[in-house]
Amino acid sequence: MEGSKLKLADIQKIAEHELDFQRAYVHRINVCCSSACVHLGALKVLKAFEDAIKEFEVERECKVAKTGCIGTCSVGPVVIIDSGGRARPRLYQNVTPEKVRKIVQDNIVLGLPAAEMLYKNEAFFKKQHRLVLRNVGKIDPSRIQDYIAMGGYSAIVKCLATMTPQGIIYEVVNSGLRGRGGAGFPTGQKWSMVARAHDSPKYVVANLDEGDPGVFANRTLAEADPHAIIEGMLIAAYAIGAEKGYIYARAEYPLAIETLQKAINQARAMSLIGGSVLETPFKFDLELRFGAGAFVAGEETAILASVEGRRAMPRPRPPYPANSGLWGKPTLIQNVETLANIPIIVQNGGAWFAKIGTPKCTGTKCFSLTGEINNPGLIEVPMGTTLREVVFEIGGGVPEGRKFKAVLVGGPSGGCLPENLLDLPIDYDSLAKVGAIMGSGGIVVLDDKSCMVDTAKFFTDFCVEESCGRCTPCRAGLARVQEIYKGIIEANGKMEDITTLEKAGVYIKEASLCGLGQTAPNPVLTTLRYFKDEYFEHIKEKVCRAGKCFKKEKEV
Amino acid sequence: MSKDNNRRSMLEKAMKEHDYQEGALLEILHKAQELYGYLSKELLMELSGSLNLPPSHVFGVATFYSYFKFKPLGEHLVTACLGTACYVKGVEEIVLAIEREFNLKRGESTADGKLSLLITRCIGACAMAPNIMIDGEVIGKATKEGTLEHLKRLLGGVETETS
Repeated sequence: MEGSKLKLADIQKIAEHELDFQRAYVHRINVCCSSACVHLGALKVLKAFEDAIKEFEVERECKVAKTGCIGTCSVGPVVIIDSGGRARPRLYQNVTPEKVRKIVQDNIVLGLPAAEMLYKNEAFFKKQHRLVLRNVGKIDPSRIQDYIAMGGYSAIVKCLATMTPQGIIYEVVNSGLRGRGGAGFPTGQKWSMVARAHDSPKYVVANLDEGDPGVFANRTLAEADPHAIIEGMLIAAYAIGAEKGYIYARAEYPLAIETLQKAINQARAMSLIGGSVLETPFKFDLELRFGAGAFVAGEETAILASVEGRRAMPRPRPPYPANSGLWGKPTLIQNVETLANIPIIVQNGGAWFAKIGTPKCTGTKCFSLTGEINNPGLIEVPMGTTLREVVFEIGGGVPEGRKFKAVLVGGPSGGCLPENLLDLPIDYDSLAKVGAIMGSGGIVVLDDKSCMVDTAKFFTDFCVEESCGRCTPCRAGLARVQEIYKGIIEANGKMEDITTLEKAGVYIKEASLCGLGQTAPNPVLTTLRYFKDEYFEHIKEKVCRAGKCFKKEKEV
Repeated sequence: MSKDNNRRSMLEKAMKEHDYQEGALLEILHKAQELYGYLSKELLMELSGSLNLPPSHVFGVATFYSYFKFKPLGEHLVTACLGTACYVKGVEEIVLAIEREFNLKRGESTADGKLSLLITRCIGACAMAPNIMIDGEVIGKATKEGTLEHLKRLLGGVETETS
């Protein structure tokens, strides 16, 4: 198939061919091979399954495949065995090579679940709604045929065969989709702006520079379903009239980069990219670019500078990248999660998508759920789900014997929210109201071992280090905030520090050039707002109820 | 010497692939670090010549990004993830313990060049926090004791083998 040029109708043929091929197997054994599970030995488990099906002579009815992150990262390596329509797929946890024989014997040979290894926590999946992660745990991300068999690339075929660029933008506007990178700008509006820009060539940039510590939703998506990102880019490019795209990925994500590179090569071999797309007049090509460890590079003007090979420093807007982006040309920048939503919007229509979530924030959001919580992992919930549902139902609450203290939403420049705000629905506007942000989707749960003053200092340290230094409020203001925190935890705090922190926080937010400075004081301001008692204790009584502060001098 | 020539020609090839374009500077720096392990002053000067860019530009870009290293690393590498999840789970204590035990600071190497301690911001294995990487292998749910023991074994290993 490869080599000869594919046409629009061929995608359907590939899908049918692949489905026939898959129907030949009764059982599909999907071993999660994302970063977390690989660290825990998933590749050895994969090998053990391949050996075991030979040993039990069930090779003809079983297919062993790699798959992307299923989400239950704390009990990895995890394996899903899908035995077709009759039964629900079974999820096994903490699988080791030694346990594989037993699973094959019970589940495949005898047809019974290996009960003691089954993942039993139904609550983790119950409230989730998987749109972006639709193929996770079902497909092998290293095979384009798997993606196509699940209906992949049929959205771009639909676009090229039946839709005009305006028609696509209309659907995206109708869907109400908002940018998943954090700011929540309406995607359809962004597309119309770039489409209207007169200059050419135009570019599409996919943002996979997930620099937030404690966030891994984008990485997981790229490792699990790279073609969804590529298809989203293709559709975006067709809609706005771009011929060239870049995926800007963090260099610290080797597996995601390898998976994407492979996917790009496969798409090129099938003439989905790299020239005329499926023999139509629409041309598109795609390149991977690597970040090099700069948090600020996720900002949209900074990412452009980095793709151009310069220091990733933001610049004032306007002009917006929609008019003057890469090399001064109109450029559409979207987070990879936003792009992965596009194929399903095209397939099902904007109106269908708009029914999911809340009226103002449609669709779903992926979160990495971590910290002091029973079921950490990757989740996807409809917008409007409450924090309580996420932390206590999906996440299973804080481990026994500890007490919930706060939840940090939105990464290092997000907000620390206390228990009485847990019934807040998760959407861009509600989070902004209480001083947090959606960010790229990090939820970190803190228990009573964490000190809120120390936590705010930790994030301030991070933002000071990552500030690019271009504008004074962020560069000098954050450094001043950091000094005050240092004073407080070294028992030199003064009561007026609290007012200074509050003032500085507001100034930095208002006066900074880019999103980094504008959100960096959020942890400071939210801890002051919701956990002021702890500041008083630190300053007046020199007491840290979590026992984190004041002891560092002694130790050194 | 031949190894050096070899690396040099691979770097030259990478530059050629990118047509010696200014825009590919980051890609070339990545390649150079991959080949040489770190970016020496001499190497950066050479790159600036080959790409026809002022040294200030090349140094400016390279030093902006924390991924690039300018000093050779130790024989063994221990990298602590200081992402939020790992911090909440107490990775700082492990880092302090390593610093005390081996008498080095984060970002530095021991005097004998046997061990370097690096800090990274999130390797994305947050559900397994705290994470420590030793010579590229990730150790999830790391403990202070376990990490120190692992490192001592690693550093002491050579001596016990020869004795």
